[in-house]
Amino acid sequence: MDVLDLTRLQFAVVTIYHYLFVPVSISLASAAAGFQIAWIRTANEKYLHLTKFTGKLLIVTFAVGVVTGLVQEFQFGLGWSAFARFYGDVFGPTLAIEGMLAFFLEATFLALWYFGWDRLPRWLHTATIVVVAVGTLLSAYIILAANSFMQNPVAYALDPETGRAHLTSFTELLTNEVVLAAFPHTMGGAAMAGGGLLMAIGIWRVSADAAFRTLSRAGAWMMLLGGAVTAISGDHLGKVMTAVQPMKMAAAEALYETTTSAPFSVFAIGELGHDRPFFSIEIPGLLSFLGTGSFGGTVQGIDDLQALYTAQYGPGSYVPMIPVAFWTFRLMIGAGVLGMALAAYHLWSSWSFPRRVPLLPSFLQPGGGTPGWLRRFALLAPLLPAAANTFGWVFTETARQPWLAFGISKVADGISPGLTGAEVIASLAGFTLVYGLLAVAWCRLVVHLSRKPLTPAVEAADEPDPVPAY
Amino acid sequence: MITFWFAVLVLAWVLYFVLEGFDFGVGILTFLGRDEHERGAALRTIGPFWDGNEVWLVAAVGVTFAAFPDWYAALMSALYLPMVAILLLLAIRGVALEFRGKHDTPSWRRRADLLLAVSSTGIVLLWGAVLGILVDGLALGADGEVTGTGLGRSLSPLLTPAAGLGALAALLGAVLLGATFLALRTTGPVRRRARDVARHTGTAGAVTLLLIGIGTGSRLTLAAAAVVFAAGLLARRTREGLSFAAVALSVAATVVAVFTAHGDVVLRSTLDPAWSLTRSGAAAGPEALRLITIAGVLILPGVLVYQAWSYWVFRRRVASERVAS
Repeated sequence: MDVLDLTRLQFAVVTIYHYLFVPVSISLASAAAGFQIAWIRTANEKYLHLTKFTGKLLIVTFAVGVVTGLVQEFQFGLGWSAFARFYGDVFGPTLAIEGMLAFFLEATFLALWYFGWDRLPRWLHTATIVVVAVGTLLSAYIILAANSFMQNPVAYALDPETGRAHLTSFTELLTNEVVLAAFPHTMGGAAMAGGGLLMAIGIWRVSADAAFRTLSRAGAWMMLLGGAVTAISGDHLGKVMTAVQPMKMAAAEALYETTTSAPFSVFAIGELGHDRPFFSIEIPGLLSFLGTGSFGGTVQGIDDLQALYTAQYGPGSYVPMIPVAFWTFRLMIGAGVLGMALAAYHLWSSWSFPRRVPLLPSFLQPGGGTPGWLRRFALLAPLLPAAANTFGWVFTETARQPWLAFGISKVADGISPGLTGAEVIASLAGFTLVYGLLAVAWCRLVVHLSRKPLTPAVEAADEPDPVPAY
Repeated sequence: MITFWFAVLVLAWVLYFVLEGFDFGVGILTFLGRDEHERGAALRTIGPFWDGNEVWLVAAVGVTFAAFPDWYAALMSALYLPMVAILLLLAIRGVALEFRGKHDTPSWRRRADLLLAVSSTGIVLLWGAVLGILVDGLALGADGEVTGTGLGRSLSPLLTPAAGLGALAALLGAVLLGATFLALRTTGPVRRRARDVARHTGTAGAVTLLLIGIGTGSRLTLAAAAVVFAAGLLARRTREGLSFAAVALSVAATVVAVFTAHGDVVLRSTLDPAWSLTRSGAAAGPEALRLITIAGVLILPGVLVYQAWSYWVFRRRVASERVAS
């Protein structure tokens, strides 16, 4: 591998890793705020325990998200200085505003909330976690706006002298049609990720404390509703993508020829070449519907787009890696749907339904209790959304290739000019090692925290210090 | 406009080095706590603050990127490996701090304390070296990238006298900040030991800054040396608030001295003065500057207010004597 490939690999590794923790933090912040508001409104101690429990998970997840997010901010200068110079005018202010506006809010108010239980009036204390939740959403929106510029550059002018992009309107950058579609899609995915974690822990621990049943159901609702938002907004995002990056959607179906009433394959065996694969399950017209809103719509094919781009941008390949695009797109949808199904089944089986429904087999009875197999498969609840989020990002970013910012800057032109392979190998090794250790520590801690009793009497015995301990 | 943003940028870096400086210092001095309990007390003094302090790094880097994209690009890619090392150590440190108290076994906590002390020391040394390199300049080529091959490309600047002196000064500065902060915020044995450290390090810090000040001819650094010396004397007389303020002031003055060492030049090229990066040459376009001006004016005062408020909420001293439970 040359320096470019190594640097791309490094960017992929640190970004994917960062994004395993971010969606969990985003949704746990909202979940903690929700539990605390429920506690204040109902005075039910159960919600207080769940607030504190969710808060601990949030703190440890947020910590990993912060330290890996810091790497993201430096990345553009470290490995991609040419891109930073070219794009700094657009991306720099966006990052600076995210830091000043949202990140300060999150960090300061999370500490105020976590350490401030007995120092702040109750309403003010509740307000601090609400501020944290709002901060995470703001952060996500601004960063997605920066990413959406790379998918669909808007609000910029190319400086004819320096050849660099200059920002012309921040409002326009923030209202890019791609970010408007991508934000609900990404936040739905985030709700699924945090919800999955809560649901799994709730299912495992349901015998220890009745509050865990509430936790598992709250998590399942987060997954189900998050999934619904993801699906609806995903449909919309698909149409926006078909309009602004037709190559991406053509690659998602490995559709080489421009087709009217294009089918969508659920599954395929064989090469994704110009000939249709030798076996595939296809739903006629569905791709056209996803892309254009009509089963009879026309979807542009890879070959025609390649010819179009060659005429527009000069010779070169404008086709992303088709198998990666094809399979990540399907795995994203599949993992998401499976996660939703798991959540729906859990909600159904743990529902307090007064009587049996005639004719239904026992495992399909509402309120039949959580069956043993679901307890064993509970681990899938956080893993499936994590997989769906990851596949989604890999699809979005790799099917944009060879572009960094679509139509104006290529990946190969963005790398730091002086960077050497030895440096990237050294840093990649460092990231792999440290990130691996972080993952081990995070998993151990989450398991440990989940095993502790929820009730504060026992918790107090664990923490001998009179002042809130770390 | 460019001068204004240069001032904001220096302010952000100053706030970062002063605020995170004291929590780095507490990290370095973790083992002033003789047992797990005392160490826990020492770390609780920074518990509610360190994360908010670290966001000043996000802000400083963000402002550098936004207002001076060329400077950001040149500095980060030129110091590729030192920056990666700082990031990795920051990752270890942040996680060690947050994870320490979430598990109850002594071995888990001891490991976290050790990782915290080692990573804090490493980060401080590296940041000090980076500041030293900023004063000294880099072997920048015409494209704004440092020249060289292999690992040495970005590691060699670390092996210069300027980097070494910077690292030493930063270590002493962080220890002083940490010690005076601990003395101010704890009671009992940790407070006593922290005061001793501050007394003894004050003179060493003053001498180092004096040498740097004479070497670079920076009057600001000389003034900082005098203030550090005064801080040591104040620590002797249990004027804890004043001695912390004095150390913070001298750290701030030194950082300002670093950023203004070459006037308009923000990154000196040691190969050819023409390849040096100037403020106006590195600055972003007018629209980007206008945007961050609006955002900064609207947002930053609020940040300062609520961060100050959080320091007020957690103003009580942390007891380091063991409390019978």
